Amino acid sequence: MRFSRIVFATSIGFASAALVTGVNAQRGTPPPSAPATVPSPGRGPNFPQQQRALADPAVIARGRGLFGVSCASCHGHDLRGGDQGGPNLLRSSVTLTDQHGELILPIVHGARAANGMPPVPLPDADVIAIAEYIHSVLAEAGRQGRPPEADAPDPDILVGDAAAGRAYFDAHCTACHSASGDLKGLATRVADPRALQNLWVSGGGGRGRGAAAAGPPITVTVTPASGTRVEGRLVRIDDFVVTLIDGTGARRTFTRHGSDPAVAVHDPLAEHRQMVARYTDADMHNVTAYLVSLE
Amino acid sequence: MKRLIIAIVLAVPVLLAGQSSPGLDPASILQPLAANWPTYSGDYTGRRYSALTAINRGTLDRIGLAWTTRFTAGAGPDGLGNGVPTGGRGGSAPVPVVVGGLGTGELNTGGPAAIRGSILVVDGTLYVSAPDNAWAVDARDGTVLWHYYWKTRGGTHTGHRGLGMWHGYLFMEMHDDYLVSLDAKTGHERWRREISDFDQQYFSSMAPVIVGDHVLVGTGDDLDAPGFLQSFDPETGALQWKFYTVPMKPGDPGLETWSSLDAARHGGAQVWVPGSYDPDTHLYIFGTGNPTPAYTVGRGEGDNLFTCSLVAVDVETGKMAWYFQTSPHDMHDWDSTQTPVLADAPFGGRPRHLVLTATRNGYFFVLDRVTGEHLVTTKFGSAANWALGIDEKGRPTRNPAKDATIPGSIVTGSTTNWPPPAFSPDTGLFYVPENNSYSIFYLMDPDPRGSMGLGGTQSAAVALAGNFITAIDYRTGKAAWRHELVGGGGATGLLATAGGLVFAGDGAGNLVGFDATTGDAIWHARIGDVSNAPETYELDGRQYLLTAAGDGLFAFVLNDESR
Repeated sequence: MRFSRIVFATSIGFASAALVTGVNAQRGTPPPSAPATVPSPGRGPNFPQQQRALADPAVIARGRGLFGVSCASCHGHDLRGGDQGGPNLLRSSVTLTDQHGELILPIVHGARAANGMPPVPLPDADVIAIAEYIHSVLAEAGRQGRPPEADAPDPDILVGDAAAGRAYFDAHCTACHSASGDLKGLATRVADPRALQNLWVSGGGGRGRGAAAAGPPITVTVTPASGTRVEGRLVRIDDFVVTLIDGTGARRTFTRHGSDPAVAVHDPLAEHRQMVARYTDADMHNVTAYLVSLE
Repeated sequence: MKRLIIAIVLAVPVLLAGQSSPGLDPASILQPLAANWPTYSGDYTGRRYSALTAINRGTLDRIGLAWTTRFTAGAGPDGLGNGVPTGGRGGSAPVPVVVGGLGTGELNTGGPAAIRGSILVVDGTLYVSAPDNAWAVDARDGTVLWHYYWKTRGGTHTGHRGLGMWHGYLFMEMHDDYLVSLDAKTGHERWRREISDFDQQYFSSMAPVIVGDHVLVGTGDDLDAPGFLQSFDPETGALQWKFYTVPMKPGDPGLETWSSLDAARHGGAQVWVPGSYDPDTHLYIFGTGNPTPAYTVGRGEGDNLFTCSLVAVDVETGKMAWYFQTSPHDMHDWDSTQTPVLADAPFGGRPRHLVLTATRNGYFFVLDRVTGEHLVTTKFGSAANWALGIDEKGRPTRNPAKDATIPGSIVTGSTTNWPPPAFSPDTGLFYVPENNSYSIFYLMDPDPRGSMGLGGTQSAAVALAGNFITAIDYRTGKAAWRHELVGGGGATGLLATAGGLVFAGDGAGNLVGFDATTGDAIWHARIGDVSNAPETYELDGRQYLLTAAGDGLFAFVLNDESR
């Protein structure tokens, strides 16, 4: 609810290794989260379900089997609820509060029959094993209320029309890019279509805070009212200071007073980024469908 | 007669407490914001507008650093709270740490503090918070007077938004869901009370807002738990009322906007940023958070009331007077929790009691705060692309094609967030951080049951589109000026003053003073990344400017020309 949780588009060989940084760098928010598949450190202590000691693996394994036989048809094989109306057990106040089956046991034995939960005639030890299995699943839940990782493969994002994508590419991209030149073998270098799409839409460059990110360098021209024009790679800029590294490798910092010195920033990817506002989602899907053919 | 005697007996401890530690009279928060900063927004209006004028466009070049202090969280080098070398860079004496909390201390051993909330200023003392830690500080020189440290049980440790004060008592939410009351003189714990269920993964960081004898507290949660606002007795910690922001039982208003009662009860709408208070109507007006699951199906196609809404609740009863939903059926985790601004100002040719808010979805709203009548909606996020338009009620109409989709949709990011806006009655301008960026939102979990919490999606940031401080004319909703922040970061929360100034961090390491009328940057100090909204106070006849940057507090003062 409260963070910028943006997975940053990591580029692999489109222009050069680079990272889009600095987007929505709200003060007071933690670093952007990693993809769900990568555990994200630095989020601090966690909740009771992730802290408690789990039961013996044999008990959990037995509970898993019992759950599949007696519970999954209503509560879902993944505990997230089922077609027959059983509630999601991963967000249930009962399972979240229960320690070792003491709250679950009476419900399994009929305490909520009036609410539609039929009594299930299981021995207490079996119900407790099921409870311990549920707790083992709760322990695997992701950050910010995400369910545990599923086994399901990521959905296929390739829905676009490659021919239409090629036409779009020919009309809008060939001034700078070529399928037989800089983009030759692109789909081999970036095999995952989602990563490829993130890469080409972002342009693979970056303009983070201080423009320190790799990629085609952002340059700046500084022209004092009285003095010589200086050009170089942009290190940092704000309303008050601009810093660059000039052709000799020297670091030069200028104090800014309004329009003196005149400062002109040249970002090779500026146009690429401005194009993002103009793509329709269909354009994007079509171009991606075309680019994955550049093996 | 018997009843009368009981009433008198019960009243005595309150009177005694009030006399023994006068502290902050709650009625003083009703005064225009000037020498003190006694509540989250400075006063109840949410304007963050100070009447102090000594620091103004003509004198700003004469302010200089008065003191700076760095804060270390935790129990100190021996883990027992002894001899923590906290205090001014000038080397103030260590203070003992008052230790509370139910954890073991292993989860939050300490380190540089993260100061990301409001700082209370009451009669020469500052009250500062960071997650699990609070300090009293001498406002004249930054000396730490006491340090309170809470051993946490865990929970999602977001930024902490500050303390509340009532007479001689402080109130602080802890991330593991306790409301703790401290003695303001000593930092010793008076009582603690669990305000939400840690097992349901609530986490609590809001600055309590004290109105009369009500301590108003919200809490947070990402795991599909219901949101609520509660009111507690400042003396005893007893619960006075609890207002749920989603339907909890058959017949509750708004239930028809959910697919089922079960969906509503897991629907979110957390209350994690302080609201504002109108003493004329006794209405506390606050914003609610996103629905859950945030990005996927699982809650029907309705509006999902009262998520992403501005809600007005009677502070005496906890009953809702009106609501206005600023993001119907949100699909992007765009909480509308931003602190609203109350303004008494002409509108449509007559004086009106207004409430203004600029929400995370990129839209600005003006309502009549007595009735909830809608007056203005405009888009202030210049790039915001997720809506098709504005409906007859003044609400943005979501474009379902810009939800997270399997092949990806290009959507603008949060235009603003918890950092608070400001409003100047002198300029009639509402000042707010405006951040523009594009991300590709992917639906990763197309399960027809929906995901949970913030799950089922991935997003990739693909382009910046400019960050600004934007000044909006409340009468039209149009920008009077937009100051681009070229350093790459977004603005912090804002402060407006009667000196014709607006202060904010620029996202590039500077604390900046802007001309409130033109948006020109006319003063700055490079103190590092400003991490809260700047504040101002007056002491010994001198005006101070106060802000936090990470673990440091920085107090600037206007130097007297004669000194």
